[in-house]
Amino acid sequence: MTTAAPTGPAASASRAGGGRAGTTGVPRRVGRPRARRRKSGARGIALTALTWGIALLFVSPALWMVLTAFKQEGDAATDPPTVLFEPTLERFGGVVDSGILPYLANSMVATLVSTSLVLLLGVPAAYALSIRPIKRTQDALFFFISTKMLPVVAVVVPLYVAAAQVRMLDNVWTLVVLYTAMNLPIAVWMLRSFFLEVPKGIVEAAQMEGAGLPRVLWSVMLPVMAPGIAATALICMIFSWNEFFFAVNLTAVQAATAPVFMVGFITSEGLFLAQLSAAATLVSLPIVVVGWIAQRQLVRGLSMGAVK
Amino acid sequence: MSPTTHAAARLDPRSAERARGWARRAPLMPALIFMIVVTQLPFLFTIFYSTQSWNLVRPGSREFIGLANYAAVLTDATFLTAALNTVLITASCVLVSMALGIGLALLLDRGFQGRGVVRTLLITPFLILPVATALLWKHIMFEPVFGLVNFVLSPFGAGNVDWAAQHPVIAVVTAMVWQWTPFMMLLVLAGLQSQGRDVIEAGEVDGANRWQMFTAITLPHLRRYIELGVLLGSIYVVNTFDTIYMMTQGGPGTASANLPFYIYQRTFLGFDIGQSAAMGVIVVVGTVIVAMLALRLIFRSFMAGQEAMS
Repeated sequence: MTTAAPTGPAASASRAGGGRAGTTGVPRRVGRPRARRRKSGARGIALTALTWGIALLFVSPALWMVLTAFKQEGDAATDPPTVLFEPTLERFGGVVDSGILPYLANSMVATLVSTSLVLLLGVPAAYALSIRPIKRTQDALFFFISTKMLPVVAVVVPLYVAAAQVRMLDNVWTLVVLYTAMNLPIAVWMLRSFFLEVPKGIVEAAQMEGAGLPRVLWSVMLPVMAPGIAATALICMIFSWNEFFFAVNLTAVQAATAPVFMVGFITSEGLFLAQLSAAATLVSLPIVVVGWIAQRQLVRGLSMGAVK
Repeated sequence: MSPTTHAAARLDPRSAERARGWARRAPLMPALIFMIVVTQLPFLFTIFYSTQSWNLVRPGSREFIGLANYAAVLTDATFLTAALNTVLITASCVLVSMALGIGLALLLDRGFQGRGVVRTLLITPFLILPVATALLWKHIMFEPVFGLVNFVLSPFGAGNVDWAAQHPVIAVVTAMVWQWTPFMMLLVLAGLQSQGRDVIEAGEVDGANRWQMFTAITLPHLRRYIELGVLLGSIYVVNTFDTIYMMTQGGPGTASANLPFYIYQRTFLGFDIGQSAAMGVIVVVGTVIVAMLALRLIFRSFMAGQEAMS
């Protein structure tokens, strides 16, 4: 999952001297001339320690949140803060008892169904946009990306009115439609960049053997693109799960998602820090795991395929 | 359109070409139509609503009033404050997280023990539910008495500062910088790793020192990635709603309200459909002006990337 790089002390020792990881994880070129490597050894260790220190400092709020989730309320609110306590799972139980499960279920439905729809609409579109770049292709691409520039606040009023008129307020399918629209442009751009990478040779070879377009698409291109499609799906899942604006404005009781559940913790009176931490940890966990899995593809998704 | 082939020319050339054109475009159509219906249609309604005097708490009050809503919005001091806040919050969040992102990416761009783990740790803030991030910063980091920030700052003489109440913009920007730095780091890291090894070696042979190498070779190479990060970051950050909703509710007063939050307030707390629609249109016009420039840049950048790939 996190195999960024070196697999063994030897490899890492030599690469600490300035070697660079190739994008495939295999060092393209190992180290510098011997004489310089030793000189940079101490420096390398210092830099590594510095990197680790800064990284831990940077994520400490998240680590503290997870730690607090395992505390009793009494241990969570102490001045000064404490790291010595008896860990307990009680707070997680408390969150479940307070009725988080329907919210998680709604999030799950909105995320999984909208992601499926995005792929269903996005894969053919990206395919059409990846063959032969003509003027209209560029226009279509331009249109997709321009919808990401349209501030959501500018459309929420009519969406609210429309949903109210067709009695679709507080309905998880409304969110499904909106999340599909939210992620489709990103997915089209990302998938297009994957389509462009499919070697032309294998497509031509299949065509020579008389395979029609659907067959080329299904049994030649899609298998090659499977990792790319998976990555696209993971990116869409991240965005859908984390979405808040539509969820809070267009749902109430029935269709509210996990982010809306968290609104209950906004009031300052009777705030329970440990319970808050447990809830925050619980609702974040699925996407943190998905993101860790997708981390290699994260940049590509977030930049809509502009960067490998 | 490509020139007609001989085979097609033997039939009616125009209709054959049109048929092929449609066949090529057909797979695109469902997605395109879906996007137009879900995003463009509502916006047309927004424009329509913006000419109406329409408040949901006054039933039967709806009538056409032309541009009066726009006049009201543009002279609304709170709207202007919110616009200013939007620019301030977006710019500071994007620039600070980009600076931090570059720093972290440079640290990460070497092979070392546990590099994968460190990268995984560093991207985590980006993945945590933004709403949870806001609560984490508000109640656990910035809490006046039990919060970690005041605890860490106490040796420097800081008292029980209630950050979210006393310095709401700083509090909001801090939480957002924490959330967005990983994104910038990932982009810059991708840029660093796409850098040709041979250029670096040539620089080393020429005897350039580290700083010279960085400013003369690395930074120009990173430019495209930095531009992209600033652009995409701005697109996402300018629409931020959750952090402000959860941390400050735009308060105290309207001190930390940005445009998305203020329009939300007018819509769902003030029920003023007409005015909030007018605000929405103004925001879109403003965005379009900025985006025209940005889109051009983005498109160039994207197309350059695609060419390099194929």
